[in-house]
Amino acid sequence: MSESQERIRLGHGGGGTMMQALIDQEFRGLYADPQLVLHDAATLGRPSGALAFTTDSYVVHPLEFPGGDIGQLAITGTANDLAMAGARPQQISVAWILEEGFELACLRRIVASMATAALACGVAIVTGDTKVVERGKADRLFLTTSGIGVIKSPSPIGPGAIQVGDQLLVSGDLGRHGLAILAARHGLSLEPPLATDCMPLWPQVEACLQAGVRFHCLRDLTRGGLASALQELASAAGMELHLEEERVPVAAAVATACDILGFEPLHLANEGRFLAVVPPEQRALAEELFTAHGGQWIGEVRAGSTRVVLRTRYGSERLLVPPTGELLPRIC
Amino acid sequence: MPSQVEALSRRLAQQLSRPWTVMEVCGGQTHSLLRWGLDQLLPVDLRLIHGPGCPVCVTSAATIDQALALARTPGVILCTYGDMLRVPGTERGVDLLGVRAAGGEVQLLTSPRDALLLAQERPDQDVVFLAVGFETTAPATALLARQARALGLSNLSLLTAHVRVAPAMEAILADPANQVQAFLAAGHVCSVIGTAELEELVARFQVPVVVTGFEPADLMVGLLEAVELLEAGTPRVANAYRRAVQPEGNPVARALLEEVFTPVDQPWRGLGVIRQGGLALRPPYDTLEARQRFGLAAPELAEEPGCPSCDAACISGEVLQGRVTPDQCPSFGGACTPEHPLGAPMVSSEGACAAWWRYRR
Repeated sequence: MSESQERIRLGHGGGGTMMQALIDQEFRGLYADPQLVLHDAATLGRPSGALAFTTDSYVVHPLEFPGGDIGQLAITGTANDLAMAGARPQQISVAWILEEGFELACLRRIVASMATAALACGVAIVTGDTKVVERGKADRLFLTTSGIGVIKSPSPIGPGAIQVGDQLLVSGDLGRHGLAILAARHGLSLEPPLATDCMPLWPQVEACLQAGVRFHCLRDLTRGGLASALQELASAAGMELHLEEERVPVAAAVATACDILGFEPLHLANEGRFLAVVPPEQRALAEELFTAHGGQWIGEVRAGSTRVVLRTRYGSERLLVPPTGELLPRIC
Repeated sequence: MPSQVEALSRRLAQQLSRPWTVMEVCGGQTHSLLRWGLDQLLPVDLRLIHGPGCPVCVTSAATIDQALALARTPGVILCTYGDMLRVPGTERGVDLLGVRAAGGEVQLLTSPRDALLLAQERPDQDVVFLAVGFETTAPATALLARQARALGLSNLSLLTAHVRVAPAMEAILADPANQVQAFLAAGHVCSVIGTAELEELVARFQVPVVVTGFEPADLMVGLLEAVELLEAGTPRVANAYRRAVQPEGNPVARALLEEVFTPVDQPWRGLGVIRQGGLALRPPYDTLEARQRFGLAAPELAEEPGCPSCDAACISGEVLQGRVTPDQCPSFGGACTPEHPLGAPMVSSEGACAAWWRYRR
C-alpha cells in the first residue's frame, strides 16, 4: 500500500470543505444538472402516467471485475429493475458509503463508469449523498441507488398476471456475470476469460412493447439466477413451470467452468439478462424479437404444483431448485 | 450425444435377463446420474445404490469438531475447500460458516497451494489446512506438505482426513448384509491409483468392477459393461474410462502419495472405522499434522456408525451404505434440508441426500 497515493479520509465525509471539494471535483460531473446538487433535494417535472420506483444496494467484491465494476452495476441494475416493471428509467439517486483509505484513483474509474452507464441507460443522476466510515467498517465502497421510471406497458406486469399456457423466454445466454465475479473473487483464471453480461434491458423491453408484445411478467435474472427467479414465479403464481433444458442458452465456457467447479449455471447471477412471460399466441412474435439478440424460448407455464421441472436432453425430468446460500466451489 | 445415450439404454434393456444391483461408488457419479435423470432411462430390474464416495460426507464428525475448535482459536486461520464450510460437527447446526460469522477466521481455498501463499503472507498467524478428499485431492496435499517442509514454514499445518476408496469398497463387500453385485469404480480416483487395488478386490470377492467416467454416456457405458459381466458370470476389472485411466494410474502422483502418506485405519462418518481407509502423514512430514501441533487427539477409532451429530432423526449411515434411499429417511425434506442439514450427505452437492433433494423430491 502506497502512503503517497490519494485516498479517502474521514474528513471527506465530515460535511465541511473537504467534503465539498470531493463532491465538486469527483462527483459533480455525474449529475444531469450540476447546480441541483447544491440543494437538499432534486425537483422533477410531473410526468404523465404511472410511475415505477425502486431501490437497491450494491456490495460486490472485487469492486472491479472483467468487463465492469460496481458503478456500472449500480446504475444499470436499478435501471433494469425499473424496466422489469415495464417502465422507462428516468431518474436515479446515488448514495456513497466510502471506507477511509479507499484509493481516489479507483473511485474516479468507478465514477467514470457510472457516467457511461447512465448515458447507456438513458437515466439522469439527479441527487446523491456521501458518507465516509472508518477503515475496516466497510469494504472500500458501498453504493445505493434508487430510481424512478414511467410505466410504458399498457397491461399490468407481475406474477399475478401469469396464466397457464403462458410461454417463457430468456433474453440471452446465462451465467456470465456470476462466473466472472466468482473467478475474480477466488483467483481462478478462466481461458478465455469471461466478462460480465451487465447491460441495460430497457431498449429490448421497449422494442418488444412497441412491436405489440404484451408481457404478463418480466424478471431480471440477478442473484440466484434463472433457478431462483423461476421458483419465485412458480410459488407466486401457484403454477408449474416447465423447461426444455436444451433450449436454455448457456455459453460453452460457462458450462465447462461450472462442470469443473461444481456450480449449476442456472444458479449464477446475470446483470444483463431477463425472463419474459408472454401469452401463448404471442410466442412467435416474442421469439423472433428475442432470438435476434441471442435470446431463446425455454418453456411454458403448466397447471400443477409450484415446482420448476426441467426436461433433460435425454427425455428424463428433474427439478430445478434455487441455490441454498453462498455458492461454494466443490472439492473435486 | 442424446442418441448415443438412448442406444446404450436400449442395449442395457436387451442385455438384462434378471435383476441386478450395482453401486456407483463416487458422489460425482451419483450427482451426474440424478442431474441428467439417467436413472429414469434404466430398466426397472437394474437397481442402483449410491455409494459413500463423497469426501465431505465421510469426514468424521470428530475431525469437523477439531476444525471448528481451531477456527475459534485466536491467531489461527482455518482454510479448506468450499463445501466443507457447511458441514455440521457433533453440535447440531454449527459449521465453519457459523464460526466465521461469529468472528473466527475461516478461508475458502480452491487449491492447497493457496494455503502456502496465505502462510507466507501472514507469518504472524497459524494457517491450518483441513485436508480432505480421496486419492484425487491427496496428491495436491502431498505436494503442499513437501513444499511447506522445503520452505521450512513453521506457521502452516495440516488437519488431515484423506480417505482411500478401495478399502471402503472392501468393507461394503465384506458386510454380511451387502447387496452390491457390481461396482462402478470412480474414474478420477483410478486415474491416480490405477487398477491394481481393484484387481485385488475382484480376486477376493468375485464381483465385476468397472472403471467409469462422469458424463452421461460414460455412465451408461459403465453400466452396460457391468451388466454384461454380471450376465456372463465373468467378474473382472473393466476399464470404461480409457481416455483418462491407465492401469498403472499416475506414477508421479502415486510416488508422491507414498512419500508423504501412510495408510491407516480411519473412522468414516456414518460408516464406522474402515481398515486402512485413511491416509496419515508419515515421518518426516508428520510434524506438519495440526493435531500434533495443537495437542489434539488422533482420530478416535471407536466412532460409532450412524451420524453422531444427531439421534435417530438422521439415518445417513444407512444411506451411505446403500441400505436405504434418501427419500426413505423420515427427516428427508422436513427436519433435514440443505439449509439445515442433519447429516453430511445433505451438505455436499455430491452427497446422495442433497442430490435427491435437488433433483427429485
